[in-house]
Amino acid sequence: MSLRSPLGRVLGQGSAGGSHHWWTQRVGSVALIPLGLWFAVSLGMLPDHGYETVHAWLAKPVNAVLMLVMVPLVAHHSHLGMQVVIEDYVHSKGRKVAVMLFSQFAHVLLAAAAFFAVLRVAFAGTTGVFGAEAV
Amino acid sequence: MVAFTLPANSRYKDQAGKVHKAPADARRVKTFRIYRFDPTNGEKPRIDTYEVDLDRCGPMVLDALFKIKNEVDPTLTFRRSCREGICGSCAMNIDGVNTLACTKSIADVKGEVRIFPLPHMPVVKDLVPDLTMFYAQYASVKPWLQTRTPAPPDRERLQSKEDQEKIDRPSACILCACCSTSCPSYWWNGDRYLGPAALLAAYRWIIDSRDEATGERLDALEDPFKLYRCHTIMNCTEACPKDLNPARAIAEIKKMLVERQH
Repeated sequence: MSLRSPLGRVLGQGSAGGSHHWWTQRVGSVALIPLGLWFAVSLGMLPDHGYETVHAWLAKPVNAVLMLVMVPLVAHHSHLGMQVVIEDYVHSKGRKVAVMLFSQFAHVLLAAAAFFAVLRVAFAGTTGVFGAEAV
Repeated sequence: MVAFTLPANSRYKDQAGKVHKAPADARRVKTFRIYRFDPTNGEKPRIDTYEVDLDRCGPMVLDALFKIKNEVDPTLTFRRSCREGICGSCAMNIDGVNTLACTKSIADVKGEVRIFPLPHMPVVKDLVPDLTMFYAQYASVKPWLQTRTPAPPDRERLQSKEDQEKIDRPSACILCACCSTSCPSYWWNGDRYLGPAALLAAYRWIIDSRDEATGERLDALEDPFKLYRCHTIMNCTEACPKDLNPARAIAEIKKMLVERQH
C-alpha cells in the first residue's frame, strides 16, 4: 500500500513521448494498403504457387523490389503493433521486458529470413546481374 | 497480466440475492436486478431483485431507484443530485450501458432492468464507485485557464464567436465518468492511461483561444500510456449521455502532436 497522493500517482514519471511510434505506425499502414493489395492480387493471378512460377515472378525486378520494400515494412509495422498489445496486456515488469525482447528479436529474425528468401528465389539460377538467363 | 475475470471476493454469483416482490394489486410490474455490496458485512456482492409497480413510479430509472429506497429497501445506496442530467452523480451501468439513471427511461429497457456500478472501478457500496483516481486524472490536465498575458484591466479576456463555438461542446462534459469506465483500455491500464474524460477536458483547454499553455499541455500528454493507450475503440463516444465525442477529441490531440513536428 502506498500513501502517495492520487494526483502524484497520476502524474507519475511525466510524459515519455510516443507520437513518433504512433505516426510511424500510421505511415506504415498507409504504405501497406497498396502494397498489400498488390501482393494479394499478384499472388492470386499466378497460375500456381510452385517454385518455378514464383521464381519467374520474383525474377522480375519490379516484383522483387516491391517485395523487398514490403518485407521489412510488414515486420516493422507488426513489431510496433505487438509492442502496443504487450503494453496493453502484460503488466508484470519482468515478464514485460522478456516478452518485448522476444518480440523484437523474433521480428528481426523473421524479417531477415524473409528478405534472404526473396533474394535467393529472385536470383536463383541466374548468372547475370539482371537475371538474363532466367528470362 | 490483465485480469479478465473478477477476483474471487468480487464475484456476485456466489451469493444468493434477496427478492422483493411487488404488491399483489400491481398491474404493470417491472423487475429490477441491482448489484449490492456492503464492505462492512464481509459478504461477497450479490444481485437483489426488486419488482416495481410502474403505475406508481416515475418514468426514469432514477425514479425507480428512489421508489425502491423510499418504500422497499432503505439500505440501497447510490449517488444522485440534480435528477436532470447535469450533475453526473447517478452514472451507472444500466442494461449493459454506462449512462445516467436520471435520463434513462425505464420504457427503453426491454425485460429486466439490470443495474451495476460503473465497470472496473473499486466499489465503495452498492452502486457507488470510488472515483478518486478519475478526479485526480482530471486534475492532472490542469483544467483551468493558463496565461502569461495579464487580463485587460477593464474587461474579460475576449474571444471570437467562432473560437467560443470550438469549446462549446467539450465544455459540456459533466464528469460523470460514463466514458472512461466504458473504455477497455481504461480498464486494463487505468492507473497510467488518463481516460477519455480527462483527455476531453485537456482538449477543451488546448483549443481554447485564450489559453497560453497549449504547448505545455501537449507536452504533458505526449506519453505512450497517458494518451496513446487510446486505440479508438469509441466506447466513450457511444456511452456519453451528453452526446459528446471524446474519441474525436483524443484523435485531434494525436493529430496536433504530429502536426507540430512538421
